[in-house]
Amino acid sequence: MADPASALTRGDDAATASGYEEHPPRMGFFTDTSVCIGCKACEVACKEWNEVPDDLVGWAGSSHDNSEGLGANRWRHVAFVEQRAPLGTQQANFQRDGGDFRWLMESDVCKHCTEAACLDACPTGAIFRTEFGTVVVQPDICNGCGYCVPACPYGVLDKREEDGRIFKCTLCYDRLGEGQEPACAKACPTDSIMFGPLEELRERAGDRVQELHERGMGEARLYGEDPGDGVGGAGAFFLLLDEPEVYGLPPDPVVTTRDLPETWKAVGIAAGALLAGAAACFAGARR
Amino acid sequence: MSRRVPTPGDYPLLRQLRGEDRLARGAAAKSRRSAELRARTATADRTVKSVCPYCAVGCAQNIFVKDGRIVQIEGDPDAPHSRGRLCPKGSATKQLTTGASRERRVLYRRPGGTEWERLDLETAMGMIADRVVRDRRAGWEEEEDGDRLRRCMSIAALGGATLDNEENYLIKKLLTALGIIQIENQARVCHSSTVVGLGTSFGRGASSTLPGDLQNSDLIVLEGSNMAEAHPVAYQWVVEAKARGATIVHVDPHFSRTSAMADHFVPLRAGTDIAFLGGIINHVLSTESDFREYVLAYTNASTIVGEAFEDAGAAGLFSGYDEEEMSYDPQSWQYDGAFVGAASGQRDQEGNVDRLQKSDLGGPGGRGEIKRDETLQHRRCVWQIMKRHYAAYTPAMVEQVCGVPQDVFAEVCRLFVENSGRERTTAFVHGVGWTQHTIGSQYIRAASILQLLLGNMGRPGGGVMAMRGHASIQGSSDIPTLFDTLPGYIPMPHAHGHDDLDDFVSADAPARGFWANMRDYVVSLLKAYWGETATADNDYCFGYLPRLTGSHSTYDTTMAMVEGKVKGFFLFGQNPAVGSANTRMQRLGMSKLDWLVVRDFSLIESATWWQDGPEIESGEMRTEDIDTEVFFLPAAAHTEKEGTFTNTQRMLQWHHKAVDPVEDQRSDLWFTFHLGRMIRERLAGSEDERDRPILDLTWDYPTEGRHDEPLADAVLAEINGWNADGEFLSAYTELKADGSTSCGCWIYCGCYADGVNQTARRTPAAEQNWTGGEWAWAWPANRRILYNRASADPSGKPWSERKALVWWDEEKGEWVGHDTPDFEPAKRPDYVPDKDAVGPAAIRGDEPFIMQADGRGWLFAPAGVADGPLPTHYEPQDSPVRNRLHEHQRDPARELYEHEWNRYHPGPDEPGAEVFPIVATTYRLTEHFTAGGMSRWTPYLAELQPEFFVEVSPELAAERGLEHAGWATIVSARGAVEARVMVTDRMTPLRVDGRTVHQVGMPYHWGPNGLARGDSMNELSSMALDPSSHIQEVKALSVDVVAGRRPRGAARTELVAEYRRRAGITAATRVR
Repeated sequence: MADPASALTRGDDAATASGYEEHPPRMGFFTDTSVCIGCKACEVACKEWNEVPDDLVGWAGSSHDNSEGLGANRWRHVAFVEQRAPLGTQQANFQRDGGDFRWLMESDVCKHCTEAACLDACPTGAIFRTEFGTVVVQPDICNGCGYCVPACPYGVLDKREEDGRIFKCTLCYDRLGEGQEPACAKACPTDSIMFGPLEELRERAGDRVQELHERGMGEARLYGEDPGDGVGGAGAFFLLLDEPEVYGLPPDPVVTTRDLPETWKAVGIAAGALLAGAAACFAGARR
Repeated sequence: MSRRVPTPGDYPLLRQLRGEDRLARGAAAKSRRSAELRARTATADRTVKSVCPYCAVGCAQNIFVKDGRIVQIEGDPDAPHSRGRLCPKGSATKQLTTGASRERRVLYRRPGGTEWERLDLETAMGMIADRVVRDRRAGWEEEEDGDRLRRCMSIAALGGATLDNEENYLIKKLLTALGIIQIENQARVCHSSTVVGLGTSFGRGASSTLPGDLQNSDLIVLEGSNMAEAHPVAYQWVVEAKARGATIVHVDPHFSRTSAMADHFVPLRAGTDIAFLGGIINHVLSTESDFREYVLAYTNASTIVGEAFEDAGAAGLFSGYDEEEMSYDPQSWQYDGAFVGAASGQRDQEGNVDRLQKSDLGGPGGRGEIKRDETLQHRRCVWQIMKRHYAAYTPAMVEQVCGVPQDVFAEVCRLFVENSGRERTTAFVHGVGWTQHTIGSQYIRAASILQLLLGNMGRPGGGVMAMRGHASIQGSSDIPTLFDTLPGYIPMPHAHGHDDLDDFVSADAPARGFWANMRDYVVSLLKAYWGETATADNDYCFGYLPRLTGSHSTYDTTMAMVEGKVKGFFLFGQNPAVGSANTRMQRLGMSKLDWLVVRDFSLIESATWWQDGPEIESGEMRTEDIDTEVFFLPAAAHTEKEGTFTNTQRMLQWHHKAVDPVEDQRSDLWFTFHLGRMIRERLAGSEDERDRPILDLTWDYPTEGRHDEPLADAVLAEINGWNADGEFLSAYTELKADGSTSCGCWIYCGCYADGVNQTARRTPAAEQNWTGGEWAWAWPANRRILYNRASADPSGKPWSERKALVWWDEEKGEWVGHDTPDFEPAKRPDYVPDKDAVGPAAIRGDEPFIMQADGRGWLFAPAGVADGPLPTHYEPQDSPVRNRLHEHQRDPARELYEHEWNRYHPGPDEPGAEVFPIVATTYRLTEHFTAGGMSRWTPYLAELQPEFFVEVSPELAAERGLEHAGWATIVSARGAVEARVMVTDRMTPLRVDGRTVHQVGMPYHWGPNGLARGDSMNELSSMALDPSSHIQEVKALSVDVVAGRRPRGAARTELVAEYRRRAGITAATRVR
């Protein structure tokens, strides 16, 4: 039987680790926020395809974001950040305070982590790793226990109140099965959302960061691309133009079940010590 | 792929124990449902090719149908122009068309009724037909001062830019035959200024290029445009250009999602683009950085203007102004010794015939001979006139007027000059930020002048990319449902001087160029309308056309309604109670109607105002006292009918039908055809001369299906036209004036060439070049980039290899290249016409602007633009800033309307000026669509932008105590609205005229109905129009902004009244 610890930490080939003997290359998203125009086509295309209910929250006035973030009824979410800072060599020419201004936009989505805490926490087997290396909640299995909700380091998973089950991005599992790209990637007018084999995307992302640096956008960086990060690298990673916190993303996410093996080991040791101690007490008591 | 269907022996636990997935985290945990999962796009019964119904980018859509229902709508990746992408609205098409918000049954409101009632469709149609017949007679005008009018002024129609070309064609055809001339649509209030500006400058009033060409630009200047929000999928080409190293500049009063990716954002005071562009023109002229060879060969720079012409000077008034009439006689602007008509705009409303008959010019067609000074020194040559005119538009003046600092302005000028010329090209992209002004046409003219000076017209990556708004607004301009044109931009005949076809053609057809063949186009159109009845003996039924006597634009009709002169009104998918200026006047007008027919998806504000409009809330009107009968007829969606949309790049795309509409929903083709049929049945056997046009009309389209739906195909075939043998025509050059050809719209001739529906072609992008010439069909003659002859020098060689587009191939003896040449294929570059040549034969081999009377791009417009041959800066009608460039504060020729509820604001130097000190502008958000009819009822869109808000700078917020996420009340002399407050750095105060001027911005999509509700911004705007295009000014006005919600009921009206008192506003305020 495979060592649970190594299964959790087995690197890139998440699908093989999940028992698929033959499988296609791992597929994912590279979301390049440097070309995002904040149009929210991704949000709508996703809802239409996946028949996600509408959730009119009301006017939030958080720049042009009138929703609360990713949730059971929002699997793509566009964040808007207005800052008094320059963006590379752009000239905003405002007459106030130095004149700099930039408006960052980012389409957020489930990260489909290599080391997925939601997958670890799910007791029913509803959440599983697909042959594409993606992480999917199976609505026919999910019992709505909600263990996965606090497990996710990004706060992606959420319960659909009127339904009772947990819902999140499936990376359009049904479309992948037909060789079609996810609805959001297809709709995106500027190709900010790119879909394809993760390896290729990582390469493309590396080139893009370099290109942006050469064009004077020194703050461009990748987020979630590194297989050595706290979640083993994300299946959906990003090019950001500022710190992750600015976008509402955790700066150093770690798979929350990372310490489970250590924890169980410690529990084992403690239990063993307790038993040994109890045995010692009773053994001594007999004399 | 390891997708196995589980068998009884394949339980997850067994799989876990026996397989590789010992922890049951993958393969072993896959459920049966997951294993059997299919995508709807793969299991559909069929895929139907369609086009997005929202904006004018016209993204191609694939509709997936299963068991007779639409299961998915997404982009078509084969399309060269959209590449399979869709914006949030296009992505919501399935919900729009199949969602619960659509009405399914006819609704009827009786006069004085308080509620809707049910009415069956057949009865409703009969009632409407009865009313048309009855009220048409009541409002008939047979003649005026001896001139025949032959028209009905008691019925009007508005819409529709969201309708198919075939539908607009039938609407115009039917209503015209009934004598109705008050036919308008969204094109009037949207890009009518573009038609005037581009048409007079280059010969055609449509976008000269396509968004896909922007990838070839070295510099893209987006101005008067919020392209990333209004046209996201087209914006991909800007992103493409940027990736190739292009510089992107966005000039705008507010920093939008378009600005976020621009290299340079230039904040500008709303309403001052002519000063800005004029400044750049001045820069180019005074530094001699124009593309000289291009200018000399291809523009009218060297043309000498007549002696009678006087510069506008410091006063800002050209020669020929009549102060009483507030209008110009353009006679003195004409060329020296020659008479040229414009290809567009005000070609003739008052009688060029008189002028020609009085003049003694000789030359071809009696139009004299043009004189030129190629050294550009003659005092009255266009070049020198322009230099004098723009001399005052200095960088310092631009700073003072526009609020753009001189160093920023200098940078923009530098970018323009460095990115134009032989090796590099610059493109302008504009939208209604430029068109919707009292000098809107001149905005477009200014950009056109700049592009001619810099040699950017007709070249790859150059041009003026006019981004229009609705799925088929280009079509509803071309076909058109407009009062002043017939299909193909043939002018509607005027009562005075257009007695017969000869008069009409000689007045309006220039001697040279393709408009010289106007007789061919007109006769062919008349044959399409009246078929066998139209013969040479009766002037091809030219007398059947009703006559104009002036402007009958939508706002003139609004006033006529208010005065009780209009009895019946049709709305075809247009919502003037939100989308037109001065919505109060719109509702007031409708309350005076006898009957109103609204065709739409949902109960828009223009259908319900009698029940719950602001005037009901305030008590100014009582529902029971409003006698307007209202018929609401639910409309079919584009998925439920077939036909063509013409998008912003002049491309006609056929959309196929996917499903049937349900219950009472019908297409506008069905409605118009059957209404026409029923009216003709009621008038059958009539001996009344007035009924001849409608009874002789060709109106026998084949129908099919249980609803007797007319075949759109048959209508498109009529639009394309055929010859006497019934063969489809392939090009407008085949049209004749002898009655042997029939053609419903000459510029669309060729769309059904060889009997093949060219608009349905779907050659994938991968199989052709970037112009996408084999996808669908563009007018004219499938040319994608207009004036592309200008991409080659006079000898026929490209100006540079890098910017080669079309060029002369001596061996083949024809023009070749990447696009269909916009030129006679075999005309040599060195062709020189005979002295008395007329028509296309009179155009030289080096004159690329073949629709122009002189074959040249017009820097100076001697005709066609009502308020001057050169763009001049005037302030908006309502402005808190003094015009520092000219003495005339406002456009001397603008159109104004006098009414209690259309008062204007005092001028900046008058008492009361401080009452409305803040500049307001309006714009769009990507999540909503125009007046909201297609987005505020769609949950996936409504939730993205649920409420009306106003964007204010932190500085203004501090000054006025406005709290972010709080409320503000915005007031003008017309109304008061409330909005959520968005305090944002993206709005900035400007240093203008030595002081700080604040600006606020309001998206205009909202109304009180639907899921996303709010006040309408257009409660604030006035009716003040551009004199050439009759377009309203909603892009720059003045307002006051105070914290807090607005009063309710009568107190709201009282608030506005109080403001008017404080500002001392009367009927006389600023009407001069």
